[in-house]
Amino acid sequence: MTKQDKAKAYWKENIRYVLALLTIWFIVSYGAGIILKDELDTIRVGGFKLGFWFAQQGSIYVFVVLIFVYVRLMNKLDKKYGYDA
Amino acid sequence: MMHKLLVIEAMSVQNWTYILVGVTFAIYIGIAIWSRASSTKEFYVAGGGVSPWANGMATAADWMSAASFIGMAGIISFAGYDGAVYLMGWTGGYVLLALLLAPYLRKFGKFTVPDFIGDRYYSDTARIVAVICALLVSFTYVAGQMRGVGIVFSRFLEVDITTGVIIGMLIVLFYAVLGGMKGITYTQVAQYCVLIFAFMVPAIFISIQMTGNPIPQLGFGSTLADGSGTFLLDKLDGLSAELGFNAYTEGTKSVIDVFAITLALMVGTAGLPHVIVRFFTVKRVKDARKSAGIALLLIAVLYTTAPAVAVFARTNMIETASNQPYKEVPQWFKKWETTGLITFTDKNNDGLIQYLADETQNELVVDRDIMVLANPEIANLPNWVIALVAAGGLAAALSTAAGLLLVISASVSHDLIKKVYNPNISEKGELIAARLSAVGAVCVAGYFGIYPPDFVAAVVALAFGLAAASFFPAIVLGIFYKRMNKEGAIAGMVVGILMMLFYIIKFKFGWLDDTIPSQEEWWFGISPEGFRAVAMVINFVVSIVIMKFTKAPPLEVQEIVENIRIPSGAAEASEH
Repeated sequence: MTKQDKAKAYWKENIRYVLALLTIWFIVSYGAGIILKDELDTIRVGGFKLGFWFAQQGSIYVFVVLIFVYVRLMNKLDKKYGYDA
Repeated sequence: MMHKLLVIEAMSVQNWTYILVGVTFAIYIGIAIWSRASSTKEFYVAGGGVSPWANGMATAADWMSAASFIGMAGIISFAGYDGAVYLMGWTGGYVLLALLLAPYLRKFGKFTVPDFIGDRYYSDTARIVAVICALLVSFTYVAGQMRGVGIVFSRFLEVDITTGVIIGMLIVLFYAVLGGMKGITYTQVAQYCVLIFAFMVPAIFISIQMTGNPIPQLGFGSTLADGSGTFLLDKLDGLSAELGFNAYTEGTKSVIDVFAITLALMVGTAGLPHVIVRFFTVKRVKDARKSAGIALLLIAVLYTTAPAVAVFARTNMIETASNQPYKEVPQWFKKWETTGLITFTDKNNDGLIQYLADETQNELVVDRDIMVLANPEIANLPNWVIALVAAGGLAAALSTAAGLLLVISASVSHDLIKKVYNPNISEKGELIAARLSAVGAVCVAGYFGIYPPDFVAAVVALAFGLAAASFFPAIVLGIFYKRMNKEGAIAGMVVGILMMLFYIIKFKFGWLDDTIPSQEEWWFGISPEGFRAVAMVINFVVSIVIMKFTKAPPLEVQEIVENIRIPSGAAEASEH
């Protein structure tokens, strides 16, 4: 693989990760917390209505997890392509 | 020992505040002396060798301002579900920052956001537009922080607001001018610890009191501690309905508006220069990613507690005040009444406090800002906890102010003097210029803190909109779209900003019509706050369309883009 092909392949995989993670980002906040809020509110977990919980709690927890997943994925990807030096 | 305990019990809130504020300020000054900056690199980016944890803590303190600490829980406790726009908006932006901006800007390896815009779009016009946006955003923001410092001082230490602002100015001046980014980074680490401790202690106390659960995040979804078996949120929904308010867990805004405002806040967060610049301070690209994660984790501690505090405070307030005889109100009620932040008018002369949604019958007005500050008093917590909240509020306001001042001083000394007017300036000269602009910025910020112009709230809204509608698309396209050229980027920024200005002028100020147009006339039902998201989308579209009809950027610029996409070989922020 030439240097340029390598860079291209790396970038492609990176974009795939980013798109996948941003899809989840969108679903938990805009999906569960806003658009589907009323539907999810019919489900209750303890004192929380689920849609309300996603809007004020759940989405934030998922955001934190998403960034750390990204960090792990990218560290592995850097290693695979030898960019971790 | 017994005697000592009694002294602690008896010490007044004011004495406790003097002690806690005094100790924390001494720590900040000590750190500033220990971490003086001796080069421009240390002044702008702390030498580029900050560890991910330290940078994460500093970013969290930098980001969480007086508004997050004092204001947010109060806003949520009055807005209920709708408050989620701030919770999701101000945290979700970090996902964008971590995935789309931070690693690449770190690899780019310069000092400021205008640096990136100017180099990537090979244009001093773009650089100057970016400098103006950065200055506008930072000045409006910092004025609010200085005001916050003044208010905390005046309420807890009974000095007037002006004295409070001046004390705050002197402290910030000391460590920002002396230490630059290096001094700021390490004081912010200390300030994060102070503010998070100050926010969590009362929240945990109150959570135990009300629900028996020591974790506030779980507490507000638990049953009440009185053994009734009722869930706290159900009780609050019931109380709200009784008084004629919307159910707490339901919103009043339309779905599309909540969507647009959340998006605008997320993108605005990711585009704020004082947050972005923090990622220039770490050693490697992987550290930039990691420290974005750590920052959000640390921010999330406060942001997931705030909605719980909002529910506790709201319930407590309704229960203590609603339908109670005015003569028997507790001490805190009287105290806050003297500040004018709680007002009671006995409209029907029955001696009882009627707190109702119906404005014609409502007799009690409570300023949202006091919910966090008064919360420990409402819950009868010990005096030291009340004083701790004051120290925490000051830490939040000072840390954000310092970060903003640095952006201002770097914009003037680096982006304007060094990059545009006098490229031959020596390292020493630039460092002096940086320090002088920091001094100037503190004075201007202090002035606006003492004499806040009426338009502050509107300008802050505008500043956030500028970050969303101008910086974010230009930076993202600059990284992810190699062919993006200066024509596209500048056109996009200009059209985005103009659209936003037009919408705010028409629907917020009402200057284009005889009166401010009603909500029915909003386009697609989107409020001026949410329209920033639309302006951002327009910026993207205009940039891409114009780019298609103009020539590709020069080869060396395309090489820059290819280079920043690869994490290895990130030199420390270069002196160029």
